[in-house]
Amino acid sequence: MSDKAADKPLRVRMPIGIDYKWCAGPASTDYLTGLKDGRLYGRRCPVCQMVYFPPRNGVCARDGVMLGESVEVGPKGTVTTFCIVNVPFLGQTIKLPYVAATIILDGAHLGFSHLLQEVEATDVRMGMRVEPVWRDKSDWDYSLENISHFRPTGEPDAPFDDYARYL
Amino acid sequence: MRDVGIVAFAESQLTYGTTNTPVEMIVPTVNEVLKNAGIERTEVDFWCHGSCDYMTGQPFSFVAAVDALGAWPPIIESHVEMDGAWALYEAWVKIQMGEANVALVFGNGKSSAGDMNRALTLQQDPYTVAPLWPGLTAMEGIGACAALQAGTVTERQMAEAASRARRDGAKNGNVLVSGSESADELLSRAVTSAPFRDHDLPAMADGVSAIIIAAGHAAKRIAKRPAWIRAIDHRIDHQNLGWRDLARSTSAAIAASEVGVHNDKVDIAELHTTFSHHEQLLINALQLRTDATRITPSGGALVGNALMAAGLSRFGHAARAIFDGTADRAVAHAQQGACLQQNIVAVLEGN
Repeated sequence: MSDKAADKPLRVRMPIGIDYKWCAGPASTDYLTGLKDGRLYGRRCPVCQMVYFPPRNGVCARDGVMLGESVEVGPKGTVTTFCIVNVPFLGQTIKLPYVAATIILDGAHLGFSHLLQEVEATDVRMGMRVEPVWRDKSDWDYSLENISHFRPTGEPDAPFDDYARYL
Repeated sequence: MRDVGIVAFAESQLTYGTTNTPVEMIVPTVNEVLKNAGIERTEVDFWCHGSCDYMTGQPFSFVAAVDALGAWPPIIESHVEMDGAWALYEAWVKIQMGEANVALVFGNGKSSAGDMNRALTLQQDPYTVAPLWPGLTAMEGIGACAALQAGTVTERQMAEAASRARRDGAKNGNVLVSGSESADELLSRAVTSAPFRDHDLPAMADGVSAIIIAAGHAAKRIAKRPAWIRAIDHRIDHQNLGWRDLARSTSAAIAASEVGVHNDKVDIAELHTTFSHHEQLLINALQLRTDATRITPSGGALVGNALMAAGLSRFGHAARAIFDGTADRAVAHAQQGACLQQNIVAVLEGN
């Protein structure tokens, strides 16, 4: 072809976008509106009696039934497992090293991940008792980020048997 | 080949605008089909799920659905990005291979989560069709025009299909629209999106459908009269609308021929008709005699289209007619994609 412009690949921009309406569902609605008020709500499985916090999709994944009553849990909890983060990555906002911990709140039977601060990473251990540190109330939203981080309470560690089943 | 039969069926109440999550929607129907079968979930040795991520706007959204199944002790499960009828097909293959004896299959869709007319466009060719956003109704409109122009479907047949669906829907109860209008009355209404009038379009719904299928002895133990799947086949037309004859459904005709629809009488045929012109296209393809075969007595997807569940529901309603003795031999059909691109046809028998 003599026309050099015609040899160039044709480029077109074809953006794709779709709007969705996402419903949190009744269980997560309790959980999220609770957080907005600074309270922690899970739900109890009517079959195995375990309390899910967060209540995930509103069902007990073990028994395949809808979760039942709303249960206020915490605010204190126990560290089950944890990870010391030493590796810097793009967009990092927390000073290294820091600890990401799996915490089971008192009255709940499902761990969730959160940040552990106000403690040396080397002092963190399984069974450590912790409590939430909330952000300023004016910053609260429908989010677990209302809790800035957890910190040790100074209480004696929980015995291993207390949380061994939920690791 | 092993004898495999449908032994239980459950369908959620169809709604539009549920505030439950998809997982919360699934739980009651899965538990209901287990109850209908009278078996424990531990007796199910294969689970298969049909749904579509474009409907929820979440990649791998189906993974969360496993939460609905009570997967402890661990289960063997699979997923198809298709209507639940294709999940049934996968389970049927699994049982034929001897890897399972009892399978629970389900499909779910929450049409109210967004503009499905737009979302389903994303199932088209991503380079040449999807970016033009034709919308499902427009693509089906092209198909209906082709059929009307070729004379394979008439406007009156479309109105008659819609009229019957609305009357049968009133009897079924679990639909979103119903009515007693005659075809003449429907034809007198305004054309809203040529060649369609409003009643030619499906009533989009949120819903869940679940079926249990089982092999030989297990089927006989669970159901008094299983709906034996004597043959099942699925075929696909080219996805490019310009590369196939939209005035007929070639893939449905091949599937119907493969399963031997006409080896014996057909008492009822549950056809997955999502736009009114599909019914006559399918009657043509399956060569059904409407004087001898009752077409879609449930009312069908035209009056309650829970995407990804409505096709499996056609299998459920056909099986139900076998369970209660209304039919001895039934045809179940499901489709997927624009303009009847993919078709699955099965023959169910009571004896």
